[in-house]
Amino acid sequence: MKRSVPLIITFLTGFFLVVAFFVPHEPFGELEQRLLVWFAIVSGFTMLLGIDNLIRSHARRIARTNTGWGHSIVLLMGLVVTVVVGVIGFSRLGSPFHIHSPFMFVYTHVIVPLQGTMFALLAFFIASASYRAFRARNTVATLLLISALIVMLGRIPIGAAISDFFPAAQEWIMDVPQLAAKRGIQIGAALGAVSMSLRIILGIERSYLS
Amino acid sequence: MENSPRKGFWEAMNSLDRRIIFLILLVCVAVPLLLNVGAPIPPTPPVQLAYDAVESLEAGDVMMVSIDFDATSAPELMPMLHSALRHAFSKDVRVVMLGHIAIGLPLGHMALEEIAAEYDKEYGVDYVDLGYRPGYIAVMIAMGRDISDIFASDYQGTPLAELPVMTGVRSYNDIELLFGFEHGAVIDYWVRYTQARFGQRMTFGTTAVMAPDAYPYLQAGQIEGLVGGLKGAAEYENLIGHLGLGTRGMPAQQWAHLLVIGFIVLGNLGYFFTRRKG
Repeated sequence: MKRSVPLIITFLTGFFLVVAFFVPHEPFGELEQRLLVWFAIVSGFTMLLGIDNLIRSHARRIARTNTGWGHSIVLLMGLVVTVVVGVIGFSRLGSPFHIHSPFMFVYTHVIVPLQGTMFALLAFFIASASYRAFRARNTVATLLLISALIVMLGRIPIGAAISDFFPAAQEWIMDVPQLAAKRGIQIGAALGAVSMSLRIILGIERSYLS
Repeated sequence: MENSPRKGFWEAMNSLDRRIIFLILLVCVAVPLLLNVGAPIPPTPPVQLAYDAVESLEAGDVMMVSIDFDATSAPELMPMLHSALRHAFSKDVRVVMLGHIAIGLPLGHMALEEIAAEYDKEYGVDYVDLGYRPGYIAVMIAMGRDISDIFASDYQGTPLAELPVMTGVRSYNDIELLFGFEHGAVIDYWVRYTQARFGQRMTFGTTAVMAPDAYPYLQAGQIEGLVGGLKGAAEYENLIGHLGLGTRGMPAQQWAHLLVIGFIVLGNLGYFFTRRKG
């Protein structure tokens, strides 16, 4: 009973949604819309679960003074401060996202620069890796390396200034071999998704119950 | 046996301190940015198609703008967002903004307010920010039937029925074009669940690293245009005749690319010589 009820719910939900895709008329259309709204609401609650998990795990780390417990304090303080300024913005201006709200100040001056800095570091590691790891060790690696050089040159103005070949070759690489490989991967992934969905709907795949 | 001078040189190059590489890159990126130079970039076909899609809109038409990125991709996507908004507002197109990356949506909102002010557009009349709702695919499919089922109000809590900009806008049938700004897999959801199912016209701006993922959709005609990376942003700026951050950032990108190319060539020469002699 404990396993069959969830399996029946999964089967009926999956079945009705598949039917609704092909028959968007009543009652399927309305039922699908209702289920989608429920999904959006449930998704919202998963954020609460995430916050709960975040607080618990970092509070535990602080209490036990595990490695990095100082970082956990900063993280929890960041969480509290962001929530507080959000609530202040909501109560004073009607929305934390109002352009003059304190939340937007924190967002603009802390969150955005921090995210930008973290991602910008990637450029330095790519430059270092390109020097140390991108080697023509065999034929395939050499082909990849030559393609990369042509695409990089084709995507900057100096490439076109050197020769019209580079922008044209860059476009060809993107339009033909790259696209063929990408399309193959996408078709494979889609077939895998269909297969897995059918397995779940039919109750063959049950790992989500455990 | 002692190393030859040439081999010694390449071995020394192979073990070059990474901090020197970091420093050279910093100079290559910072100097062009500080010099603030940049020349117009001629448009490529995918960007021209994206421009044409917006250009085909008429005054009063609705363009939905989806903010599906955050600050990590802002240097590439914000310039193209600015250009697309300028293009839409210059044609008196109504703009409906929403987003699927909660932490990035305020960036879109700030750009919307900034560009709307340039064209004297009024919030609620000419443009609106619907905000964020969790659920990606569920949100996209549900909007095909009724947007207000998911977005009952805008980001400030004002009911959609009270916003003149939403007059006559109920579902994708009333949205002429979707322009999404993407740094991840949300573009796949838009195409699979909104274009394939509802036939929504759409065009996208993506980070350079994401652009290859979008090429199959472009070639299949599922999306009308593609603005890829900073170069795409610079091309779009050229098309609308308003050079901005994309064009100014291109010299920095150019030197960074040249530097990486140089590093790859140098690294491989070192690999070749040390391996041969070793």
